[in-house]
Amino acid sequence: MKLANQTLKYLSISVLVVIAVWSTIFYLFMLEVIHDNIDEELENQKRLIIQELASETLVSPDLEFGINNYKVREISEQQAIKMQNVYKDTLLYMQDDDDPEPELEPVRMLTTAFEHKGHYYELSIINSMIEESDLIKNLFYSVLILFVLLVVSIVSINKVVIQRLWSPLYRFLDQLTKFRLGKSDDKPAMNTNIQEFKDLQLAVTTLIHHNEETYEQQKQFIGNASHELQTPLAIMINKLEMMAETGGLQPEQLNTIAEVLNTAERLVRLNKSLLLLSKIENKQFLHNEDLSINQLVTHIADELEDIAAFKNIKINVRQQDELKVRLDSALANIVVSNLIRNALFHNMDGGEVNIAITENTLIVANTSGKTALENEHVFSRFYKSDASSKGTGLGLAIVQAICNLYGFSISYHYDKSQHIFKLDFRPAYQHK
Amino acid sequence: MKVLVIEDEAELREIVKESLVKEDYIVETASDFRSALDKVSVYDYDCILLDIMLPGGSGLQVLDLLKKEGKSDNVIIISAKDSLDDKLKGLELGADDYLTKPFHIAELNARIKAVLRRKQRDGKNTLEMGNLVLDLNERSLSINGESVALNRKEFDILNYFLLNKNRLVSKNALAEHVWGDNTDQADNLDFIYSQIKNLRKKFLAKKAKVDFEAVYGIGYKLVEK
Repeated sequence: MKLANQTLKYLSISVLVVIAVWSTIFYLFMLEVIHDNIDEELENQKRLIIQELASETLVSPDLEFGINNYKVREISEQQAIKMQNVYKDTLLYMQDDDDPEPELEPVRMLTTAFEHKGHYYELSIINSMIEESDLIKNLFYSVLILFVLLVVSIVSINKVVIQRLWSPLYRFLDQLTKFRLGKSDDKPAMNTNIQEFKDLQLAVTTLIHHNEETYEQQKQFIGNASHELQTPLAIMINKLEMMAETGGLQPEQLNTIAEVLNTAERLVRLNKSLLLLSKIENKQFLHNEDLSINQLVTHIADELEDIAAFKNIKINVRQQDELKVRLDSALANIVVSNLIRNALFHNMDGGEVNIAITENTLIVANTSGKTALENEHVFSRFYKSDASSKGTGLGLAIVQAICNLYGFSISYHYDKSQHIFKLDFRPAYQHK
Repeated sequence: MKVLVIEDEAELREIVKESLVKEDYIVETASDFRSALDKVSVYDYDCILLDIMLPGGSGLQVLDLLKKEGKSDNVIIISAKDSLDDKLKGLELGADDYLTKPFHIAELNARIKAVLRRKQRDGKNTLEMGNLVLDLNERSLSINGESVALNRKEFDILNYFLLNKNRLVSKNALAEHVWGDNTDQADNLDFIYSQIKNLRKKFLAKKAKVDFEAVYGIGYKLVEK
């Protein structure tokens, strides 16, 4: 839920509660005031009626509620003495303008007693009251209008405020979403005077800066570590080679040297592959040029022709289209070469390597003694389908790293007993 | 032939020197920037092996000085950094070649020979051993004056061995040289073995006075019979 809507939700609920409480209190006050008013009125009327009766201007007092809204009933002295002024709400049949027949209406009634010429009388005076239901109804409508007005103004104020005040935050958020560690040069920034936003920007900038430092160090560490290993490895290999060259060694000794030498070579290849990966990720190859994938494939297939013949494998190249891609030539060479070599070396006697070049894709398929590989691991670093393989397990990881760098997509599937690697050179967003 | 090895890592310097002495070169060494500058400004060398990262300065500065004196064309840069920028800069400054550590002794030999041969400029571009003549321009082999057909890889392999006469060429070095840098498949080694077997058959058929001597488990030496 958006901040604006969330704010609106809480504000509306609070306003509703406040208005409900306020209108209840207001209603009670109103009732109180109305009663006070009516009671004073009744009191006044009582005095007037008693005065009139005393001056005998009133010849015959009303015995039922009539035009004067009072009635008089004679009572005994004891009753009169006990009687006090009593105000009470009651109902009487009355007919208003809008009523077709009399109906019960609320009235306020004062009952009191007075003495006149030795006789005691009970006097009841009524005054019509505002109908509570009418009052509640009207009050409810005005409160509802107030509420709607309030909510509408809150929404519009909110909208303006959020657009005005929060817009730096939204722009900042947008920049932050697009920010990639080690890839984006522009740091997210916002132009604002609001202290909280300034604090946020400072916190984010500090965080990014810290992360970038760590990322740089990490990148440099892999590169530096690999570089530092080069010289000791050189010493090791060259010493072993010189040692093997000197005569007079026993076959067992030579065998041990050969084993150590091969192990050292593996270390060298591993180190070189890691260095290559680190360089790809550090974008140290970006001498992009327009390259013909067709030429590259033909050249590499040609290079591998001898070894393919030796392994009794046929390399078929089918060029449906001319495929030209803009990328670094060293990386292009590594991608194509790794894919074809991979297909050649994980093959079987009498097998095939089928290469197809279409308008946008390079497809390298090979036969093999093995069934489908685990799709999610094929491109993982150090993944080997065969644990005894002397490969580094980095060949396809390097292919993927290069594809990631350029936004190409590489996929693997197994179909009709062929392992198929498909490289799509279109930027990933165009075909997804 | 006089070769200067500029390398700060003592063990590597010594092993390279030992190998070069075997090739009958006169070898001098320098271990830091200052002594390197002293040597190159005073003496002339047929080939200079130059490490880029030196205590006291950069090998590229040494190269710069050599270029100013017109002597940078016989420099082979040896660097732990396989950096394209360094490579381009080095080659721009006139260096002949760029070799990344770690390298094989055989590969270093081959590169040095290439530099030395370019310096001779006598038009002759052949490698000879016993009664073998390998013409690098024509990419052809003749044994005892008779021409022998070689396929492409056989030619590359023989070429490499002739640059490393009487020296051990390990199978790994050979595979890397013949197949390029990023080879990491053991299958190649079997292929190389079969290529050497073929070459050997051709040597025998034409009564060549050279032969491959196997160094158990490691590689081969090409020796005169």
